[in-house]
Amino acid sequence: MTQSSFITPAQQAESDAKLAAAKAQTDADARRRRLQLLSPSVLLIGIFGLFPLTITLIYSFLSPGSYGGVTWEFSTNAYVQFLFEADIFDDTLSFSTTYLSIFSRSIGLALVATVGALIIGFPTAYFIASKRPEQRNFWLFLITLPFWTNLLIRTYAILLIIRDEGIINLGLMGVGITDKPIGILYTDFAVFMGLIYSYLPFMVLPLYASLEKLDFRLVEAAYDLYASRFQVLRHIIIPMAKPGIVAGCILVFIPGLGAYITPELLGGGKDLMIGNLIALQFGGSRNWPFGSAAALILMVVVMLSLIVYVRHAGKGGASHG
Amino acid sequence: MAKPDTAPRSTAPRPKMKNLRKQPGFDTMAWACLVFLYAPIIVLIIFSFNDNRSVVLWTEFSFRWYTAAFENEGIRKATMVSLKVAGVATVFATIFATMAALATTRNPPFKGQALVYAIINQPLMVPEIVTAVATLAFFSIIKQLTGINGIGYLMLAHTVFCVPFAYMPIRARLEDMNLTLEQAAADLYATPVQVFRKVTLPLMAPGIVAGAMLAFVVSLDDVIITLLVGGPGETTLPIYILGQIRRGITPEINAVSTLLLVLSVVLVSLFFFLGNRKK
Repeated sequence: MTQSSFITPAQQAESDAKLAAAKAQTDADARRRRLQLLSPSVLLIGIFGLFPLTITLIYSFLSPGSYGGVTWEFSTNAYVQFLFEADIFDDTLSFSTTYLSIFSRSIGLALVATVGALIIGFPTAYFIASKRPEQRNFWLFLITLPFWTNLLIRTYAILLIIRDEGIINLGLMGVGITDKPIGILYTDFAVFMGLIYSYLPFMVLPLYASLEKLDFRLVEAAYDLYASRFQVLRHIIIPMAKPGIVAGCILVFIPGLGAYITPELLGGGKDLMIGNLIALQFGGSRNWPFGSAAALILMVVVMLSLIVYVRHAGKGGASHG
Repeated sequence: MAKPDTAPRSTAPRPKMKNLRKQPGFDTMAWACLVFLYAPIIVLIIFSFNDNRSVVLWTEFSFRWYTAAFENEGIRKATMVSLKVAGVATVFATIFATMAALATTRNPPFKGQALVYAIINQPLMVPEIVTAVATLAFFSIIKQLTGINGIGYLMLAHTVFCVPFAYMPIRARLEDMNLTLEQAAADLYATPVQVFRKVTLPLMAPGIVAGAMLAFVVSLDDVIITLLVGGPGETTLPIYILGQIRRGITPEINAVSTLLLVLSVVLVSLFFFLGNRKK
């Protein structure tokens, strides 16, 4: 700004004002353009993605209609029904664990599947991270590919091999380990397997992202100090991979908890998971308020796990920074 | 953080190890993981070419079930519905996602950007079953109020959850893009429209194609939302397959499943190829 010395203060003020006005104008333009560009996505998802969740909240406090849908009468029955069972004759309430047990079963299955996925996923992610860079991409591609294929078809593929006439049972009988098929299909074990199979890529990818950044000089230093392989794993590799472990577990747990297809195809008819319970309320047994309440409770559990995740991710980032 | 190592120190010489990075059994586990992921799919594909009705005993190679699938009226109709819904959802989701990506990249972060991200990613954060019943409830109100029915609702629902999938690769592409070419074009008196059409759009094209492919695959594969939101006569291919599986296993379904699987694999492989080419 060497020229400014030749300009009178009044001129300076005037040009400053003009500049500021021009800047405000371009800022306003940019803001308007940004609004135009963002509004289709934001409005679409806001109206048809976020707003319906509010409707679910409202529905959960209404009374069920006789042929599905709702009647606009306030009622907390949907939530009461969760814990209590009304007697058919005199409407007295008694504590009932039917729905509570479906929830705890789902949480249990999702947790066990998460641990299973971690046990398979961690060595896999570590193996990929210790490969040469050009091989890593190919392995990652192989691990991610099934995720992008149809979940229904992958579950069906599992069903094909674990059913009584499937390859596993025929193999076991052929070798002579059993003489009749061991029932795998329609058990909790089948659901557990199906959940791991469905969400394993979600475990491997964040684990890999953490392990890829692992400084192997630390590992070497530990060996120099006479650490055993297990000590290295326990005290160096696992602590360094902690953000990835937390992220992977959350990413498997959340969809596992809300799973619909896996328990539908692989699970026994009576052993529902939350996802099936919710879908059932909007189909066959038609109690929309109750289904809405169940959906909201599922949302709350998911949100709680997300909060745990965000807390941990924040801590992990801070301790490394 | 790790606790300090309190184990007694060994005085023995450090054992010789071929590869310090290796952990015992981890290789085996990784290969087992790969087998676990692919074996069921491969069994399904192989037996879709089996001449026998059995899905277990191999008799002879044949395209019999593929022919049967192509001649099946139900499968043909469901395929058409699937393509229509996925096509419409992909076009709108990709256009919207491209616009949103242009607004959220290449500028200094603006107030409320985090909120915009949260909104765009909302369909990914809520369990699908919850989205499905919420959408069903909302649409039932609209249907009651307006009396309008039709496949448009299903297309709308698909567009919503396709946006974040289309958005991710487009945004990644734009973030990697260099601004200098556009500035050069502007210096050479190109109008903003010309800069966008001749410079920006061709540069971001691979991202847009990748986003559109992901959106298409995700829409084509959807089960839960379609199952609840789709009305009668709006049976997509996965819904048709689900119905058939519930009724009993037929080799025709193996053939259709294989085709759907192959289509996803081809599209996603192309996506990876496009993604890696920019480097």
